[in-house]
Amino acid sequence: MANTITQIIESAAAVAKGMSVTFKEMMSPTVTENYPDEPPKFEERYRGAHVLQRDENGMEKCVACFLCAAACPANCIYIEAAENTDLVRISGGERYAKVYNIDYNRCIFCGYCVEACPTDAITHGHGFELASYNTSTLVYRKEDMLAPIPPGARPPVIASSGTAANGH
Amino acid sequence: MEFFIVSTIKALLVFFVLMTTLAYLQWVERKVIAHIQLRQGPYRVGPHGLLQPLADVIKLITKEGIVPPHVNKFFYFLAPIIAVSMSLIAISVIPFGGEIEVFGITTHMQLTDLNIGLLLVLALASMGTYGIALAGWASNNKYSLLGGLRSSAQMVSYELPLSLAIASPLLLLNTLSLREMVTQQEGFMLGFLPNWTIFQGPAPQLVGMVLFLIAAFAETNRIPFDLPEAETELVAGFHAEYSSMKFAAFFMAEYSNMLTAAAVTTTVFLGGWLPALPGMAGDLIAPAVFATGGAVCLYHGLNPARKRDKYTLPVFALVFFGLAALFLAPPLKDIAMPLFWFGAKTGALLFVFIWIRGTLPRFRYDQLMGFCWKFLFPVAVLHLLATALLVALAG
Repeated sequence: MANTITQIIESAAAVAKGMSVTFKEMMSPTVTENYPDEPPKFEERYRGAHVLQRDENGMEKCVACFLCAAACPANCIYIEAAENTDLVRISGGERYAKVYNIDYNRCIFCGYCVEACPTDAITHGHGFELASYNTSTLVYRKEDMLAPIPPGARPPVIASSGTAANGH
Repeated sequence: MEFFIVSTIKALLVFFVLMTTLAYLQWVERKVIAHIQLRQGPYRVGPHGLLQPLADVIKLITKEGIVPPHVNKFFYFLAPIIAVSMSLIAISVIPFGGEIEVFGITTHMQLTDLNIGLLLVLALASMGTYGIALAGWASNNKYSLLGGLRSSAQMVSYELPLSLAIASPLLLLNTLSLREMVTQQEGFMLGFLPNWTIFQGPAPQLVGMVLFLIAAFAETNRIPFDLPEAETELVAGFHAEYSSMKFAAFFMAEYSNMLTAAAVTTTVFLGGWLPALPGMAGDLIAPAVFATGGAVCLYHGLNPARKRDKYTLPVFALVFFGLAALFLAPPLKDIAMPLFWFGAKTGALLFVFIWIRGTLPRFRYDQLMGFCWKFLFPVAVLHLLATALLVALAG
């Protein structure tokens, strides 16, 4: 008899404890993200759309070494290289990427390009709203992916096309 | 003639309020369950999802009603009609308030007062079981049949502790009419403790109320006793083959049963429409509750967690403050006060129903039966005997 009563009291206490837990949870703030109305929260290492980084002087980090294109298993990176000159200096190295396209129809966001890059030029950003009704808009050009020039940085010589034509 | 007009107006009013309450009960349930699980619940139809019930009703009405070819047509259509009509009729004997005078007509805030009101409620609850059992059988589907079988077994078993639990307060009240029950519970002991049956001497019915509530959970098919529609085992149980308004009828029946159970508990154990505090203090609780609600809304509106809250919550706060002012207006007090107390007690019980749903898992079938026959039934019998003894000793 005493055993039964203890059992009843213990079960009732267990139910009461469970109910107190749910009540506490009810009072705590929700974890839902209101995505279309408010921006979503990303973890630091989220692998979204690519960003081509610049150095502290505002010059492009990419030196057109083609290692990312070689590492890409989906073969979606297309690069055309050009030489830096005294008048047209785009990157810190010898060459720069005149054309740098990523075809997001094919990209699988594996991150191999980011791993391969010797200058940390290509990185994953947090962009994710890539969906489109038209696949031809999914080929992103260099201009779409370049990071903005950091405030206060002055890219050394980005000669205007006029001076370049009058040069050597 | 006047009787018919007044009755019709009252019936329409109660029907309208009941239907709205049922729809919004579902909204409240979804919101509470969502917040227990750290979600937000309905949020996109109207401010804070307040128009969600309306959208659901439109969806259910306009959906195609599929009748599977293998069902027994007559009973298939009869089942939801029985389930919903039995559960809606039960509300007709529930008193919402005392005698009031509107436009020179004196009437009770109750559709009808039967001298066997409580028996009628119990009988209707048992009749409602037929709807579920028939639905399971007529669907001609093994899952539905299992659901219907479980429901019949469960409801027949739990009716015993239910009736025994509600028999003990009857020993104190000496009546079956629900209106008289409330008038029997009027007054206060020691100047502050209301004379409700859960506190009333010589045998306070607190245990009786808990027993009744547990049995009512089973009787209304609510978690943790929702075996007839155990989704994980039986698809949807007895209503697996029902769609459109026929499904909505079962849904409505379930929520209406829940409402009736809460209203009966309020009437029998918690003093119906009577205030919890004597005199002035009791009158001030209603405006205080609404004003507090308004203040909470205003606070959250000024520190919005989401962008839209900046606009919606201050409006809700205004509505709450308006309601609080309404309770202070003298001409409305006689109508509003009983309604507030009845609504507050019933609402608190309904919240417990929802809260339990968010907390407890479902019973296994043998546990369900074991719990009923080995624990609930004997305890209810003992409780009834103890109450009878105490009442007899007190003379």
